[in-house]
Amino acid sequence: MSGGYTTALKELIKKVEATRAARVEKARKGDHFPALTMEQRQEWLKKYHPDYNNDGRRAVEVGPNKGTVYPEEVSTLLESKSRLNTRAVDLSKTDYETDLLVIGAGGAGTAAALAAQEAGFKVLVSTKLRHGDSNTVMAEGGIQGADQEGDSPYFHYLDVIGGGHFSNQPGLVAALTNDAPLIIHWLEGLGMMFDKHPDGRMKVRHGGGTCRKRMHSSGDMTGAEIMRVVRDEARNRAEGIKVLEFTPAVEILLDESGNAAGAVLYNLETKEYYVVRAKAVIVATGGFGRLHIQGFPTTNHYGATADGVVMAYRAGVSLQDLDSTQYHPTGAIYPEQNVGLLITEKVRGLGAQLLNIEGEQFCFPLEPRDVESACVIRECREIGQGIVTPTGRHGVWLDSPMIDMLHGEGAVRKELPAKYIQFKRYDIDISKVPMLIYPTLHYQNGGISINEWSETSVKGLYSAGEVAGGVHGRNRLMGNSLLDVLVFGRRAGIKAAEYMKSHEAGKKLSLNHVEKFNKEIEKAGIDNGIASPLLLPDYAPDHVRTRQVG
Amino acid sequence: MAEDIKKPATLATGDRTIPPKDAKMIPIYIMGREYMVPETLTIMKATEYAGYSYVRGCGCRGGICGACGTFYRFMGDYRLRAGLACQTVAEPNMVLSQLPFFPSNRPGYEIENTGGNPHEELRSLYPEVFKCVGCGTCTRTCPMDIDVMDYIALMKRGDLKAAALKSFDCVQCGLCTSRCPAQISQPNAAQFVRRIYGKYMLPKASHLSKRVEDVKGGKYEGMLKELTSMKQEDVKKLYVEREREPDLAESGKWMPKDTSKL
Repeated sequence: MSGGYTTALKELIKKVEATRAARVEKARKGDHFPALTMEQRQEWLKKYHPDYNNDGRRAVEVGPNKGTVYPEEVSTLLESKSRLNTRAVDLSKTDYETDLLVIGAGGAGTAAALAAQEAGFKVLVSTKLRHGDSNTVMAEGGIQGADQEGDSPYFHYLDVIGGGHFSNQPGLVAALTNDAPLIIHWLEGLGMMFDKHPDGRMKVRHGGGTCRKRMHSSGDMTGAEIMRVVRDEARNRAEGIKVLEFTPAVEILLDESGNAAGAVLYNLETKEYYVVRAKAVIVATGGFGRLHIQGFPTTNHYGATADGVVMAYRAGVSLQDLDSTQYHPTGAIYPEQNVGLLITEKVRGLGAQLLNIEGEQFCFPLEPRDVESACVIRECREIGQGIVTPTGRHGVWLDSPMIDMLHGEGAVRKELPAKYIQFKRYDIDISKVPMLIYPTLHYQNGGISINEWSETSVKGLYSAGEVAGGVHGRNRLMGNSLLDVLVFGRRAGIKAAEYMKSHEAGKKLSLNHVEKFNKEIEKAGIDNGIASPLLLPDYAPDHVRTRQVG
Repeated sequence: MAEDIKKPATLATGDRTIPPKDAKMIPIYIMGREYMVPETLTIMKATEYAGYSYVRGCGCRGGICGACGTFYRFMGDYRLRAGLACQTVAEPNMVLSQLPFFPSNRPGYEIENTGGNPHEELRSLYPEVFKCVGCGTCTRTCPMDIDVMDYIALMKRGDLKAAALKSFDCVQCGLCTSRCPAQISQPNAAQFVRRIYGKYMLPKASHLSKRVEDVKGGKYEGMLKELTSMKQEDVKKLYVEREREPDLAESGKWMPKDTSKL
C-alpha cells in the first residue's frame, strides 16, 4: 500500500548498509559498543528521560497520596469524581453473590481466578472488554525465570533490583524471582508451547539488563500464547469461574468494618449497574498507557485507562512510584500506520543494533529500557543525529537485517514472524532493510501498594499485575511483567483463598468512601469535568465531538 | 454560532487522528453508510475519525488480540475480503462491517486426562473437524495468512504436531468460523491441539523440574533473604560485579566463576 520506504529514506539506508558487514564481524567476536557506567546512566536519565522532565507534572491535591507529584494526566484522573451516582444505586439488593470477585481478566486476573478456584472457591470475574483483552496478550519478547544451571533466583534478583535503580520493594523482588521457575513450570504443565531445544531444554536468551540468559519465549507472541493457554484453562473450569465480559467494575464496595466486600459493576451495553457481594476482591485491571502521558503514543491495549488505581485510591489505598512511566526504547515511527507499534526487545536480544543517520552505533543495545530510551532521545534531540520521517517524527534505525547475518538466513522470519508480517504489509521486508524507531509509552511502573502476598492496606482487597506498584521500582526489565502478572496473580488468589476460609462477606455494603472522596474534591475547589474510572479512551475527533447531541 | 454542546475530552485522547491539512479524503462505507475519511488510515482509525466510539470490535490495536475481524468488499467487485480493522488500510469505496463476535463451539475438557489418545479425544470433542469439505474458504479468509484448511487436514490425519505448529499464529478472531460450510470452530479445535502438543508431545524441560524442586525445598530463601536485608551500597556492588553470560554460550554448559549462589 505505502510502497515501502521513500526515496530519501532509501538513500539513508545505504549508509546503514555500508557499515553493516564490519559491525556484524565485530558482533560475532563479542565486541560490543561500551555500556554506560552507573554514573553516566543517572546523568543520561536526568537529562533526557521524560520522567525527569518537570513540565507536565504536578502534585495531586486529594486522597492518600496528596502532595505527591505525578504526570498531569494522572493527577487529573485522581482528582476526578466518580462516574457512579452513588445515590442511584440500591445496595440492599445483590445481583451476584460470590466468594471472590476478580476485577480484570488479563494475565493477573486469570491467574488469580485459577488459583482461588483450585482452593475450592467460587470466582466471579468482571472485565471491561473480552476475557484476555489486556497488555498481557501484547507482550512479545518473553518471560524471565532462572531455571538454567548457571543461573539462580539470586542473580535474577540482582538484575531486577539493579534495573529498577534499587528503588524496588526488596520483598516483592524476592517473591518474583523465587516463584519464577514455579510459574514457568506451571505454564509448561498447562501445555504452553515454549521455544525448546529438541531434548526439551528451554531456549533462553538475554534481555536488556540481564546477566544470565533466562528469557523464555514462544515465538514473538509469548504473551498471547500465555493468555490463550490460561484463558482456555479458565474456560475449562467454567463451573467455578464465571466471567462477565463488557461489564467493568466502577467502584469497590466496603462493608461495615471497612473491609472490601464486593463492587458495583456496569454493563457497557445495557448501561445497567449490578451489585456484587464478595468475601474478597482482587484488583487486576492493568496499566495506564491510554492516558497518553506527555502526549506519547502508546503500545498499550485499548482498555489501559488506570481504572483500578482510581477505584482503590478512593477506597483509601495508597500508591507508589506512579510518577514513573516506562518508555519502551523501540516503538515504530514508520510507516505512519505502525506508529506506536512495539518492536520487541527480542530484536536487540538477537543482535540488531541501533544506528544514527550516519549508520553508526551510539549506545550499547541492551541497556535497561529507561537508559536505552534516554540514549535514543539524546541522539535525536541533543546530538541531532536522528532520522526525520516524512510526517516529521524523529527516530533512529534498528538494524534487523543483522539478525539473518548472525543467525542464518531466515532467522528474522522464524524468530519474529508477527513483526515480519506487520511490516511486510507496507512493503517493508525487515530481514532486508532496517526499521525506524523512537521510544513509546509502554508500562506503568508504579501503582497500588502491595506486599509480597498481593495484600493492600484494605482488608480483603488484593492487587496484582501492572495496576500494582513496587515490583519493578522505577524501571522494569523485559520479561518481568509477564512473570509479575502470573506470580502476583497466583499469590493474590492463594492469599485471598486463605482469607476467605475465615471471613464471611460483609453484611452492609457501602459506598460512603466514594461520597467522602467526592466531597474532598469539592472542598479542594476542583471541578475538572471528568468522571472516572474512564473505562474507554476517546478518539472521536473534535469536529465530531462538538456536534454530538446525545 | 451554536454553543459548544459537548466539552471535548481532555484525557485519553492521544490516538486521535490529526490529518495533515492537504490529506486526500476518500469515501468508505461503514455498514453501508458513507463517510469521508483521510486516506492512509487503518479501518479502525478511519472508523473513529468518522465518529464511532468502539466498545466491541477493538482491543490491542496492534494485530494480536483478534477483536477487530472485518469483512469488506469494494464497490463493483463481487469478491469478499477479510482483514483486521487495526491492520488493514482503508481504501476508497470499501464497504465494510466488523464481526466483533461470532458463536463458536467449545466443549470443555480436562487437560490432565487427555493425553492417552489425543486424536480420538479430538474426534469426540470436535467431530465436525472430520467433516471438512476442503473448500479452502477459511484459508482465504484468515487475516494472519494461516493455511487454516491445511491444519484442519493435518488434524484429520492425526498429525497434531504439525497442526499445532501451523496454527500457532492464530489470533482467534473467528472469521474462518463464520465462513465455514462444515460449521467448524477452527480456532477452538486448534487451541485444544496446541495445548495437547505443548503438554504431551513437546519434551519436558528436566532442568526446570529440578530447579522447581530446589525452589519448593526452600533452597533460595536464605540467599534472597540475605539480599533483601543487605545495605543498598552492598547490593549495588554485587550488581556491578555480576558476571555476564556470553551471548553465544551454550545453555546448560556455561557456568559462572562463582558457583556459590546457584
